[in-house]
Amino acid sequence: MKKGLTWFNITSIVLGFAFLYIPILLLVIYSFNDSRLVTVWGGFSTRWYWSLLQNEQLMDAAWVTVRIAFFSSLVATVLGTMAALTLTRYGRFPGRTLFSGMIYAPLVMPEVITGLSLLLLFVAVNFDRGFWTVLLAHITFTMCFVAVVVQSRLVTFDRALEEAALDLGCPPFKTFFKITLPLILPAVVSGFMLAFTLSLDDLVIASFTTGPGATTLPMRIYSQVRLGVTPEINAVCSILIAIVTVVVIIASVMTKRAENIRQAEERAAMQ
Amino acid sequence: MAMAGEKGRGRWFVIAVPYLWLLALFLAPFLIVFKISLSQDVVAQPPYAPILDLSQGWAGFTEFLSGLSFANYGYVLDFSNEFLEAYGSSLVIASISTVLLLLAGYPIAYAMARAPRSIQPTLLMLVILPFWTSFLIRVYAWIGILSQEGLLNQGLRALGIIDQPLEILNTNLAVYIGIVYSYLPFMVLPLYAALEKLDLTLLEAAADLGCPPAKAFWTITFPLSLPGVAAGALLCFIPAVGEFVIPDLLGGSDTLMIGKSLWTEFTVNRSWTVSSAVAVLLLLVLVIPIVIYQNIQQRELEAGK
Repeated sequence: MKKGLTWFNITSIVLGFAFLYIPILLLVIYSFNDSRLVTVWGGFSTRWYWSLLQNEQLMDAAWVTVRIAFFSSLVATVLGTMAALTLTRYGRFPGRTLFSGMIYAPLVMPEVITGLSLLLLFVAVNFDRGFWTVLLAHITFTMCFVAVVVQSRLVTFDRALEEAALDLGCPPFKTFFKITLPLILPAVVSGFMLAFTLSLDDLVIASFTTGPGATTLPMRIYSQVRLGVTPEINAVCSILIAIVTVVVIIASVMTKRAENIRQAEERAAMQ
Repeated sequence: MAMAGEKGRGRWFVIAVPYLWLLALFLAPFLIVFKISLSQDVVAQPPYAPILDLSQGWAGFTEFLSGLSFANYGYVLDFSNEFLEAYGSSLVIASISTVLLLLAGYPIAYAMARAPRSIQPTLLMLVILPFWTSFLIRVYAWIGILSQEGLLNQGLRALGIIDQPLEILNTNLAVYIGIVYSYLPFMVLPLYAALEKLDLTLLEAAADLGCPPAKAFWTITFPLSLPGVAAGALLCFIPAVGEFVIPDLLGGSDTLMIGKSLWTEFTVNRSWTVSSAVAVLLLLVLVIPIVIYQNIQQRELEAGK
């Protein structure tokens, strides 16, 4: 196989990306549609974005969702990083197979099962459902995604620096924060972002585990979508898409730059 | 394994915190689901019986045990209740979708792996980006495209290809489109990871020895990409079996999928015990693919060391 693309390769990529992006583009375009009929173009307008700001229910739901996503992904990042260290660094210990099973299973577990089982747990221990139960549920399923992302960085990690620090008498705790963490930081950051967007996005698990006063944005969107497509929902979705796109692009540029600096420093240190 | 911190208290702390968290919030809930699947619905709070009452000691425990029954499983497995049909049709829909995903994902991943090194990160980013945007939004976007007056029908009519609008939304076809669309990044990424590692000298050797490209693909490239195929297929198949949002928003009233049945049983019929039995049986159906998936992940982890 020679390097380089055949016509078949180029067509696959173009068609694949068209398939991935055209539906999203259409959704964004039609959020600027003046007509209330979502499929008939009635001229350019931003009025649905303005009417969003007056929709208190949606704004409340958005605020609840952002708070849950932020706090749950913070905790999930810490727990997931610990889990990743456990999987890659600590060799064998009793119950390791069970542990790795509990990390990988939630990645593919159908959401209806996770949601139902967490709800029944909260009922069994008599925990009032609402903000906190959704938070706990989100930490639990997103920490596994963080663990996988951080673990993939840890396995390709050169341990010589860590060992040098330890040999020079640096305590393990300090070694982790001075050496290991800065080196795996890009993976930790992308783990955090993944956890954040997964939480922002979750409908099923939140619907099962929530209670009065904690309606999340996906739950609001879902209940409106069931009644049909509206330009207002197109507008909410477009805003969410814009936020996520900007955050992902900034983060990837930042991690790329951090990676380049690190590599340059490592090269300098070698000389 | 020379890190001093691997022994001592720090190590146990790092292991114990996530371990206990997952035991309490991932494993324990399954045991509770299993227990409730053996209970009966009652009008009370919580809405099931029996409840384990340890204050009465051993007598309370035996009374609790004698109150458990497999009645809910009988109900779920009864042909007249459509649950069996829903399990069957979920497996069929997920299998067909996985095959479609492989057919769509393989050429994309293959082309990405062959693209110049300099643009590969950008291509990878473009595949991942839709995955970061909300799943619900991506499914919703298709409603506006596939409906009777939707953009697809408008387009096809403007081009004079059809006279009557096609009925796609609220059919199984829409469910297939939704699943393939939403899960495509999950298929492309493991395939790309496998194809990107491929040693190109093997293919050069084959070409030098006169092996035609198509034959080289089937005897070298494809077999070597099988771990990626397996990981991608399982990553799509397992969640697709229990999918709820896609059949609910894009499927019709005759689209039977077990995730939707479980949701309806829980939210409409409000039977916690029957939903638990449905969940336990769904887990039994999925336990073999989940274990295979974990073994693949575990092997990847060991190989990375």
